[in-house]
Amino acid sequence: MRAGDGVAFGLLALAVGIPGWSQSLDAAFPKQIEAGSAFSVELPGSGEGTLYLVGPGQVLRRTVRLGETTEFPAGSLYNAGHYVAFLLGQASPTTEFDVIATKNPAEMSFLANPSRLPVSQRDGISGAVYIFDSYRNLIASQIPVQFQLVTPTGTNQMRSTEARYGVASVEFDSTSEQGADKFIASAGNVSSTRVIRQVSGDPCGIKMSAAQVGKNVQLSTEPLKDCSGNAVPDGTVVTFTQTYGGCESTVDVPMKRGIAEVQMPSHPGATITVASGVVLGNQIRWEK
Amino acid sequence: MTKGRVLAACLLVVTAALIVVGTLWPVPTAVAYAGGESIVPSARTPEAAANNLGNAIKAQDWQRAYLSLENKAQFTEQDFVHDLTGTYPSLQANATLNTFEVFPLHSDANSALVRMKLHWTTVVGTEVSTRDVHMMRDGDHWAPEWPLVKEATVPPQVIPVNYLRWDVIYRGPEDDWGAQDVAAPHVRIIDMHPVQRADGVVLLGEILNEDVVPAYVSVSATLLSKNQTPIATEGSFDKIAHQLLPKQVTPFLILFPNASLSDVASVRMTPFSTLVPASADPVIEVDNEKLNPAPDASLTGELINQSGRVVSVAHVLGTFYNATGQVLWVADQYVPRALLPGIPAQFIIHIPEDLARKVSSQRTVVASYTYGGVL
Repeated sequence: MRAGDGVAFGLLALAVGIPGWSQSLDAAFPKQIEAGSAFSVELPGSGEGTLYLVGPGQVLRRTVRLGETTEFPAGSLYNAGHYVAFLLGQASPTTEFDVIATKNPAEMSFLANPSRLPVSQRDGISGAVYIFDSYRNLIASQIPVQFQLVTPTGTNQMRSTEARYGVASVEFDSTSEQGADKFIASAGNVSSTRVIRQVSGDPCGIKMSAAQVGKNVQLSTEPLKDCSGNAVPDGTVVTFTQTYGGCESTVDVPMKRGIAEVQMPSHPGATITVASGVVLGNQIRWEK
Repeated sequence: MTKGRVLAACLLVVTAALIVVGTLWPVPTAVAYAGGESIVPSARTPEAAANNLGNAIKAQDWQRAYLSLENKAQFTEQDFVHDLTGTYPSLQANATLNTFEVFPLHSDANSALVRMKLHWTTVVGTEVSTRDVHMMRDGDHWAPEWPLVKEATVPPQVIPVNYLRWDVIYRGPEDDWGAQDVAAPHVRIIDMHPVQRADGVVLLGEILNEDVVPAYVSVSATLLSKNQTPIATEGSFDKIAHQLLPKQVTPFLILFPNASLSDVASVRMTPFSTLVPASADPVIEVDNEKLNPAPDASLTGELINQSGRVVSVAHVLGTFYNATGQVLWVADQYVPRALLPGIPAQFIIHIPEDLARKVSSQRTVVASYTYGGVL
């Protein structure tokens, strides 16, 4: 709560607490005012009075001539919410009215999750958008919203929905191709873009080969791909294990340039296996 | 007035007497400080010579230790110091000798063999090293012949390395609350089960980084009683490799001291992961791993640093499985010496005797740290 709110509530309490203020200003004020719009009121009575408009995060004080039209220029009331109007200084009526957000989206907060996920995940991508007007009021009325997921190759998934009470959400499946997808939400003339990085899944069908290099055996995998054919990214750890005569040699090798390769001491008769995470690859019996 | 003079005279006489006594019969320490004989007791036995050497090493009085050696002409004092502390930054370089034990192995009139068991205090705990030291008689005293182990050196060379490195840029403080941030890595516990040991309940398991980015991981767990109230919460601390590259698996062990498995109805696991800047290097090969049966069951092997940079600390974690592939035990060892490129370094991980017979296979992972930050 801001300091202004405290003052507003204090004044409101004062107004409500003063006897004889049960008269209504209902006829003078519209029931709804669009945030930021100009409006005018004609207050009953005669003479001068001090008009207070008390709302969420905003208090307006005007010295008004009763019985005449009082103009409020555009931008006078901009915080959407429920307001109370009352006069101070006379036994005058009170009224309540609402300031509502405009129907023109001006800003949006777009929450996209996750920033990174494997390909081919059902409902793996979710987005929620909160739509605001130019005064940062959440637009509660129904507004059409479009969500788009565009892959680097131009494949486009589109979903249209309506924001209710200021929020709209959507879920997309991740596609089968890796890359940085653009996740776009748009409402009216505003849009917001997030980047969803679709990454490859677990390696599929790891195949390695072995070759003698001096006293060592050179182990190399073929370029690693997931089951959708996407290249597994560099840095993925591939584990080579040699088992020989009751002993074992093992090395965790991060992939570089699409493959994993390492030189290990050569042990004739060794069984060599390869794995990455929980995925096993082929097995070689090394006889040299 | 008279009493004061008498007291002053008494003090003068007593002081003079003490000076005379101290000069004629000085304590050994005073003699040593005055440049006289050493305060070290005379090495009239091989054990005494070993004790003197151990005390000098403990006091990090390298010069005294070196000068006490019989074979000091064969190497320099610097060689001797490097043998004890290492040449490169490592656990051993910052270790201090806490205690030592001397075990006579053999003795005759002019030579003896003693085993010195050195208990070093390092930043990760106690490290024990053993040296068998020959003692040679020289007149009425004994002097040790230090079995110098020269640290291997890497010949000058240029090792080309294709660095693979990840950096992370997080959402900035000025960004809107709805602005996108980078997600934490996805990690998954692929095995976990509790076992009862003499010192409490132990949770054993493995965790996999199933993401495509490096992860800093840790695991904590809460034991819950039958009415679902927490009994205790503990973390894996250093019984885990904290940095996991994509698709890398680490074992973890969480000890709940003094807890009883019969009181536990369920376990709440809390894996934690966060993005960290990381490098894919160094690659460390684990060679000649061998499961040695009881008694003194252990896993032995050698680490070979395949990168071109010296690794200051290597932490070896062994996961031991039974015949059905279930994790039986997790144990670890820090290698006290720096890992030089291409130079094998031995490790030994002890396995509890009661479990050793059930161990069917094992898997070893190595976490490494380089003083001066990541690559």
